[in-house]
Amino acid sequence: MCDTCGCNVTDANRHLIEGDGRLAQTESGRDAISVLQGLLSENDRLAAHNREHFDSHRVLALNLMSSPGSGKTRLLEETIGALSGELRIAVIEGDLETENDAQRIRDKGVAAVQITTGTACHLDAHMVHDALHALDLDQVDILFIENVGNLVCPASFDLGQHRNVTLLSVTEGDDKPAKYPVMFRAADLMLISKSDLLAVLDDFSPDKAQRHLRELASTAPVHTLSARSGEGMQAWLDWLRSEHSAAKDRAAHGQTLRPAIQPDGQRLHTHEHTHQHAHHGHGRPGHD
Amino acid sequence: MRCSTRNAPGVHELAVCQGLMTQVEQIARREHAARVTRILLRIGPLSGVEPQLLSDAFPIAAAGSVAADAELAIEPQPIRVRCLTCGEESAASTNRLVCGACGDYRTQLLSGDELLLASLELERRDNV
Ligand SMILES: Nc1nc2c(ncn2[C@@H]2O[C@H](COP(=O)(O)OP(=O)(O)O)[C@@H](O)[C@H]2O)c(=O)[nH]1
Ligand SMILES: [Mg+2]
Ligand SMILES: [Zn+2]
Ligand SMILES: [Zn+2]
Repeated sequence: MCDTCGCNVTDANRHLIEGDGRLAQTESGRDAISVLQGLLSENDRLAAHNREHFDSHRVLALNLMSSPGSGKTRLLEETIGALSGELRIAVIEGDLETENDAQRIRDKGVAAVQITTGTACHLDAHMVHDALHALDLDQVDILFIENVGNLVCPASFDLGQHRNVTLLSVTEGDDKPAKYPVMFRAADLMLISKSDLLAVLDDFSPDKAQRHLRELASTAPVHTLSARSGEGMQAWLDWLRSEHSAAKDRAAHGQTLRPAIQPDGQRLHTHEHTHQHAHHGHGRPGHD
Repeated sequence: MRCSTRNAPGVHELAVCQGLMTQVEQIARREHAARVTRILLRIGPLSGVEPQLLSDAFPIAAAGSVAADAELAIEPQPIRVRCLTCGEESAASTNRLVCGACGDYRTQLLSGDELLLASLELERRDNV
């Protein structure tokens, strides 16, 4: 497999295997085995499987992340209302901060599956896969996965989503991207939420928040909005429309998409995945 | 208070450790290992995993396994970026990943987000 052919070795870790090969005898007579696998490769495999489900059903899957209380569920409620009759939405709820998040979504007339994570502080690909069995993806255009309210670990676990959307509410510090770089680096879109409160919270500067995000080498777009007042909602809805149509086009051409920045293990897996693809699907005649 | 939270491994790190153990056990089986004596990980500061918390979680995840007595070694990785504008490579920090030469924020991460099982040391059954 790929760990023996060496194709999953990135520039940064190539030196680890060059020279001494993958097997060496140590002084004590024990065998040393070079592995170079992402620690989350088990999760990544299942995430890739989830992504295949989404693509085969032409579903855009979005992973929503933020601190608890930044307004993820409220944004979903307003989004469902605004897109009703246009795009069919379903929600996987992993956030336990509010017990009734799934019920709040169902009250808007769309399917919602509550994942009961227990003490878990993040969703993983396995939980999402289980939740998928409770959904009819043929009836869905956009699947939102509301992750557990936590700025630390949800970013490490690929769920199979196409995009990461990270919320930062104006009631938090505008330096959150600097304090939680792993999370904010993973954002494909940053939403500055609860903008209706900006008038009373004069110590939050959307410009500063964006600057902190750029310092993480992120080129992700930043939108400021308020689910309560409706301000800025149009740009968000337009982003959803264009992402959804792009996802449909990609799937129609047998292509997929992963969040722009993923940890190393997941990048390795992508590599492995395309590699296998090349062997099985597009092998050149006469080449074995 | 501080001590008890520090001693309790993060749920997150425990989950990562369980993933690690699945891989270690697969490799140990494949290599007919009697026991795994050393596990080497490479973890970058941008991986989202705290090496200390991972070390704390390891004995719990490894208990009763082929790696129960293994030494867990973690090599931290430096953060390095390559500028997409001027092409320079430079060192960076977790929350400042801009180019060290020209200051542009459009950089590519060369190293620092690793979360890798690098190598295993083991004793084979026929060696014992
Ligand atoms: N002022 C204001 N409050 C909001 C807005 N969006 C959400 N909230 C409030 O913030 C709290 C947490 O919102 P919720 O959607 O449950 O956050 P979640 O934990 O991220 O899902 C609730 O009391 C919401 O009513 C907003 O745009 N403006
Ligand atoms: Mg919620
Ligand atoms: Zn977690
Ligand atoms: Zn530069």
